[in-house]
Amino acid sequence: MSAHHSHGSYTPKTGIEKWFDQRLPLPRLMYDSFVAYPVPRNLNYFYTFGGILSIMLVAQILTGVVLAMHYAADTRLAFDSVEKIMRDVNSGWLLRYLHSNGASFFFIAVYVHMMRGLYYGSYKAPRELLWILGCIIYLLMMATGFMGYVLPWGQMSFWGATVITGFFSAIPLVGTWIQELLLGGFAVENPTLNRFFALHYLLPFMIAGVVVLHIWALHVTGQTNPTGIEVKSKTDTVPFSPHATMKDAFAMVVFLAIFAYFVFYIPNFLGHPDNYIVADPLKTPAHIVPEWYYLPFYAILRAITFSIGPIDSKLGGVLAMFGSIAILFFVPWLDTSKVRSAVYRPWYKLFFWIFVANAVFLGWLGSKPAEGLYIPLMQVSTFYYFAFFLIIMPLLGLIETPRKLPNSITEAVLHKTGGAPAHPAGATAAPETKG
Amino acid sequence: MSAHDTVDQNRRDFLYVATGVAGAVGAAGVAWPFIDQLRPDASTLALATIEVDVSSLEPGMSLTAKWRGKPVFIRNRTPQEIEEAKSVPLDELKDPVARNQNINADAPATDADRSAGEGKENWIVMIGSCTHLGCVPLGQQGDFGGWFCPCHGSHYDTAGRIRKGPAPENLAIPTYQFVSDTVIRIG
Repeated sequence: MSAHHSHGSYTPKTGIEKWFDQRLPLPRLMYDSFVAYPVPRNLNYFYTFGGILSIMLVAQILTGVVLAMHYAADTRLAFDSVEKIMRDVNSGWLLRYLHSNGASFFFIAVYVHMMRGLYYGSYKAPRELLWILGCIIYLLMMATGFMGYVLPWGQMSFWGATVITGFFSAIPLVGTWIQELLLGGFAVENPTLNRFFALHYLLPFMIAGVVVLHIWALHVTGQTNPTGIEVKSKTDTVPFSPHATMKDAFAMVVFLAIFAYFVFYIPNFLGHPDNYIVADPLKTPAHIVPEWYYLPFYAILRAITFSIGPIDSKLGGVLAMFGSIAILFFVPWLDTSKVRSAVYRPWYKLFFWIFVANAVFLGWLGSKPAEGLYIPLMQVSTFYYFAFFLIIMPLLGLIETPRKLPNSITEAVLHKTGGAPAHPAGATAAPETKG
Repeated sequence: MSAHDTVDQNRRDFLYVATGVAGAVGAAGVAWPFIDQLRPDASTLALATIEVDVSSLEPGMSLTAKWRGKPVFIRNRTPQEIEEAKSVPLDELKDPVARNQNINADAPATDADRSAGEGKENWIVMIGSCTHLGCVPLGQQGDFGGWFCPCHGSHYDTAGRIRKGPAPENLAIPTYQFVSDTVIRIG
């Protein structure tokens, strides 16, 4: 379908272009994917985060590769080698702060990107695989981020790794065997650090591979848009260049400006001071917390303080935590609504925003100790997290009355339905419609 | 006419399946070393036994040894601590099992079964790793005068038994023995 609405086609002009086109049509692929490729004319700024994520991945790989030239994956050297990067290596402080804050901003972008997908129903047929590939990327990101945080070999590195690998010991029968397989020993030690470094270096390239599949799948089905209506005619789309490239570039500049503020002014704001204390296997920090982007899941883990039949609270917590991520894979089938976008689903819109607020609240709870009032709050919040996917999504599709859909993207842009003013909230209008 | 002209379908299916199975077994055999190398290596296993001199520990003193990367608490308990632990009825315990590698797996968590045994009831040797999520508990703290885990608030008594908080089990007792009156071999 994308080819059908394509804006112009690639014609090799020079001799070398023709020569290439007959042997390896890479310029043609680039032209079709990033120049003539039709995108819906009503994409808003929430649709720029895919591009932002791409450059964050490239930036993380670049800074990571050069940091690896100075880092030593040995428990006796790791902490000092990171300090050496900070003090002695030329521009080392900048590269490390770019990398550590880059991880956080990578996750900020991916959370916005995922929320965009959930809000506009981007996961619905025929884009289920596109969504699942995204979930796989997110899982790989979490594994990469976790192992990266272990490398500086500070107190939070060590104890975070101890607690997280400890999850596997909750698995009945084979749990301890799996835990020792992951650790390469009986506790977090040198073999653990070594393999985490190797995998931390490998996984981003696997992410890049899945990103290629993700973009491929995107270009097969075409992008969704805020109306959730499929592209029907050429007037519904604009060519990728210059429209999407310019919009993406502007969003990247704004995003990177905020990123730069963190890197240059508050580089340790998102980190934990305890990680500047070298790892001590005999002394636990008073309060172990993971990186902020895992906090909601940490709250879910600790919300299960009770046994469920034969499942004790420890295994129950681990299952709930992994389940909270696994459930994302099933979203395309849990949502029963025929209408894609929350713009036309008043009830879904309400529950969606409660879900977002609840996720942020879970994150805040994750930073708190598991005691007193925090525990029932974690339980209520965890319940809503699962209820949103398992109860609200399937039921709402059956009982909700959606608003009237416009006939096409063009109609939605040019004659706003529902008597709304010409330019309602959420900058949905493409630039050219503003005259 | 001859047997060569007809295909014995059963025989052919069998050959396909047999080939597939042989391939799968071969692939698994090749994959195994890649998984096997992740397991604790020989040098890690060689450190699986340590000897600790405890001659300097007077009653009321403890030391922490490092065994398999984890702390091991060795404490010479005071008579008062032993009395306190003995006076606790077993039905008050959250985890009624001794968790002592040196005796039967289902032995009850009496003070004697938690300690180094008859004649050495003042000694207690435990892995200093909270059974909740692996933090190191602090000694002689908490509501029961034993150990207290600051991470998620688990309280252990003077015999290292879980009494309050999220931890599911008593502190684990590793395999150990007194090789002399003053030296303990752990592992």
